[in-house]
Amino acid sequence: MSERILCVGDLLRQRGVSRRDFLQYTSVMASLLALPPSAAPALAEGLAKARRQAVIWLSFQECTGCIESLTRSFSPSLEDLIFDFISLDYQHALQAASGEAAEAARRQSMKDNAGKYIVVVDGSVPTADGGVYSCIAGQSNIDMLAETVADAAAVVAVGTCAAFGGLPQAHPNPTGAVSISTLVKNKPVVNIPGCPPMPQAMAGTLVHLLSFGKLPELDPLNRPRAFFGETIHDRCYRRPFYEKGMFAKSFDDEGARQGWCLYELGCKGPVTYNACASQKWNGGVSFPIQSGHGCIGCSEAGFWDRGGLYQPLSAGTTDMGKVIGIAAVAGVALGAGSAAIARKRQADYAATDKKEA
Amino acid sequence: MDLLDFARGPALQVALAVFVLGTLWRLAGVLLLPRLRDLSPAREGAPAPLAGALRIIVRRMWPRPEFAQATMFMTINSWIFHVGLAVVVFGLAPHILFIRNLLGLHWPALPSNLVYGVGVVTLASLVAVLVRRLRHPVMRLLSHAGDYISWLMTALPVATGLLATAHIGARYETLLALHILSIAALLVWFPFGKLMHALLFAFSRGATGIRFSHRGVEV
Repeated sequence: MSERILCVGDLLRQRGVSRRDFLQYTSVMASLLALPPSAAPALAEGLAKARRQAVIWLSFQECTGCIESLTRSFSPSLEDLIFDFISLDYQHALQAASGEAAEAARRQSMKDNAGKYIVVVDGSVPTADGGVYSCIAGQSNIDMLAETVADAAAVVAVGTCAAFGGLPQAHPNPTGAVSISTLVKNKPVVNIPGCPPMPQAMAGTLVHLLSFGKLPELDPLNRPRAFFGETIHDRCYRRPFYEKGMFAKSFDDEGARQGWCLYELGCKGPVTYNACASQKWNGGVSFPIQSGHGCIGCSEAGFWDRGGLYQPLSAGTTDMGKVIGIAAVAGVALGAGSAAIARKRQADYAATDKKEA
Repeated sequence: MDLLDFARGPALQVALAVFVLGTLWRLAGVLLLPRLRDLSPAREGAPAPLAGALRIIVRRMWPRPEFAQATMFMTINSWIFHVGLAVVVFGLAPHILFIRNLLGLHWPALPSNLVYGVGVVTLASLVAVLVRRLRHPVMRLLSHAGDYISWLMTALPVATGLLATAHIGARYETLLALHILSIAALLVWFPFGKLMHALLFAFSRGATGIRFSHRGVEV
């Protein structure tokens, strides 16, 4: 295969994708990535000249929801990515090969693209008991991750499990699940959390990487700022009701029907950074809050252990009743003791006064 | 565990425990003290002790006419930040939800923007009272560290709450965590400083009122 045939622009022309369609796609991508309009031509030029990127996708402790989300998304879909821009050399759910042939494909890609391929990971990695809780082809997830990222250019942790540990890491975390960034220290790691993550964030990050040869701007949790720069609350269409103090009290009351704010029903939108409220799901049709359910904060670390999903954000997360009860009894006892001492002292003074008189 | 989780969990739990323990300790310690018996008969026409107590609790909320001019600033300013604090603490929906989660009590919330506006006025009023304390030679002489800590413990939750609302200075979750931590600090300090007057004022004024009414003092 010649070097020329590997260019994305050539591949697109071979597939009959017109220049107009391609520019339209890159314009959408530039918009999703919050790039200025002037960046769209540069994005298109970079993408057209890019080599078809080798991608190895590892699935560990996960539910396949992430890949389901991506494959069933509208444009830009993973199919667009797979067929147009990347060479997906290994992915359990999508690849035709299985068993030893699949593992051989992974190792061949690693060898052919050493130092250039991208590793995408969904799912956390169990570390307890030597990592025995999740193995693929007789290899533990820890070992497979270490082997695969050794010669990778970058690692993209897709979904909250890979990015932050997710549900497998929830208390009491019996498998010792950890995030990818906990284990991968010597490679750039981009986190695209969400349960599932937004397909636009996944596609946008890869397109940015292909076009400009570098990672997009990241936030302190290594999430692309273009998609995780604002909270759900910031962009929520129900925000005006929050400002007016108009809150739904239950999922079926008049307030809920009128589209009032879901804060009292446990919405975590104010502390959740994601693009659900602006880019929405299913081709821009809706997102959880629009469907009547509060945000559960799935793109944030430890979201499963941050109090109840239906507990308001301003409420405490621990059971205060027992502690406060003990404190109250102790407080009254101390107060009664203090008063008793004061009474005794007063009685002693009175007795002394009487004696002296 | 990040800062917000710490604030909403262990910090709040410990702070509430200290608040309840300390407050009940002081209240029980005061209320269980022996009452000084007044063996003299009450003046003719004196109101009942409870009525006398309630009358002075309310009456002392504004100065006597002869002191009105001299204490005008403090009277007005004190009313502003006391009412402001009450509106902010009991009017904002997230605060009501916190109380509902804790005690099961709840009531309708005020519009958030109105509460924010009141919060700004309250903070300005608190700054004004601090400036006066620092500039007034007698007040400065009478003030000690506990007074400034009490001011800080009151002002911090208002300031951090406004910053969190306006998203100024840090990410929202960090500001929210700082806001909750400042409330935790307030709860811990409350029983041991002058903030305890929020509960004790009624008893101290009431005791004075009972004695005054017994002796027929005009209040």
